[in-house]
Amino acid sequence: MPSLGADMEAGTLVEQLISPGGTVKRGDLVAAVETQKGVIEIEVFQDGILENWLVDIGAEVPVGTPLANIRAADEVSLSGPLGQPEAPTPGEPEVPQPHDPVSAPDLPEDPAPQDPSPQPAGPELPMPDLPEPEIQWPEDNIATVGQSRPRITPAARRRAAQAGLDLSSLGAQQTGTTITRSDITVLVETPRDDPLPDMRGAIAAAMSRSKREIPHYYLSHQVDLTNADAFVAKTNSDRAPEDRLLMGALFLKAIALAVRKVPEMNGHYESNGFNPSEPIHAGLAISMRGGGLVAPALLDVASLKLDELMHNMRDLVTRVRAGRFRSRELSDATITLTSLGDRGVDQLYGVIYPPQVAIVGIGTPSLRPWVHEGQVVPRLITDITLAADHRASDGRRGALFLKTIAENLTTLEAL
Amino acid sequence: MTDQDVSTALAEELNRIAPDVSLEDVDLAGDLREEFDIDSMDFLTLITALGKRFDLEMPEADYPKMQSFNALVSYLRDRRA
Repeated sequence: MPSLGADMEAGTLVEQLISPGGTVKRGDLVAAVETQKGVIEIEVFQDGILENWLVDIGAEVPVGTPLANIRAADEVSLSGPLGQPEAPTPGEPEVPQPHDPVSAPDLPEDPAPQDPSPQPAGPELPMPDLPEPEIQWPEDNIATVGQSRPRITPAARRRAAQAGLDLSSLGAQQTGTTITRSDITVLVETPRDDPLPDMRGAIAAAMSRSKREIPHYYLSHQVDLTNADAFVAKTNSDRAPEDRLLMGALFLKAIALAVRKVPEMNGHYESNGFNPSEPIHAGLAISMRGGGLVAPALLDVASLKLDELMHNMRDLVTRVRAGRFRSRELSDATITLTSLGDRGVDQLYGVIYPPQVAIVGIGTPSLRPWVHEGQVVPRLITDITLAADHRASDGRRGALFLKTIAENLTTLEAL
Repeated sequence: MTDQDVSTALAEELNRIAPDVSLEDVDLAGDLREEFDIDSMDFLTLITALGKRFDLEMPEADYPKMQSFNALVSYLRDRRA
């Protein structure tokens, strides 16, 4: 069970995507895990054969618990299980990458003899006192793929699971309708004892930690988006809907380029101090229907062109709103962007997501009186804000960061 | 294609994006994004789906004609006619 965020203590295995004996390659999706944030798809970190599953579907286990045994292609016996990296094989060392979410902290430094027997379940971690009962997911077992499943929204699925409802008893398959969260709520007569269920609880934990540990400082700057808006309109004018840009892609690109100039905004603050990150994995705060938000990462945004950024952003938002994340996307963000979109207010000041050190907020653009070429004229203006960690940077550098973002969005030359 | 067909198709596509919003609960003449609580990405997803379904270009310059459920039905019906 990989750790998918600083606040995660346990997870529930909800899908086994590979059957025992199946071949896996590094990066393949092998499992799905239900956490407070939703369903996360888990990638495998090595090539090999999945020998057997060690955790049953529906079982909730602490972070660090091995989920399955994976035998490397050149191994003859059982190797270290998924979720707990094995010792490197002599002659062909395979060391999980530092950011690999499924790596455990106790990686042996020297090649050790292979233990032919399955390893005992992971690090000793106390079972967290979670409010949910054991969750059963009969309809998500791989064996049922291809059979008809009730249509149900992710929020409703979670709600039903919390309440221990059997989805197949709801009769949605027969009627062809979609089960929504309110349907489930109606079915569940007694309200939960826990006042902060699910995502609310995850947000509460992460944001409380942030406000407890991170000395935030805040800056704000107004940006004229008139040129950027015209650029987006011109670009989209002869494009099919699936190829169109949104302003959000420009924000991401402008931020990524500014990080190059002010690298102390990008990275993680850990026990040994600030560790800047070379790659830029931009967390994107995405609001969820029915409340809450998550900030999964768009990976390696620095080198992407605008169209690639837009494509990846669309893919990410679509999957996240459907309740599907990938593990790296939740653990690896190095800076976060939060944008109010078209229907919000002028400014928002973000709360830094630990262990990151900065969050950029974009307010809702609006036409405002603005001095442009010596005249007061209506221009499309937005307030961009920065909340940054004073342990990693100072206001002067933060100001340079915001001004660089603004310049990128105004001149558009760098984008 | 009748208004009813177009309306049904639009309701289906909206239901994929906003499954928690029931047509009975919203003002069909009100602002689409407000009524269905959809953002610019959701709107683009909707426009993409409708463009494919009705084989229309759905140009961005026409977005002002797509600002409510009823306006979108009229727009789609006129272009399909």
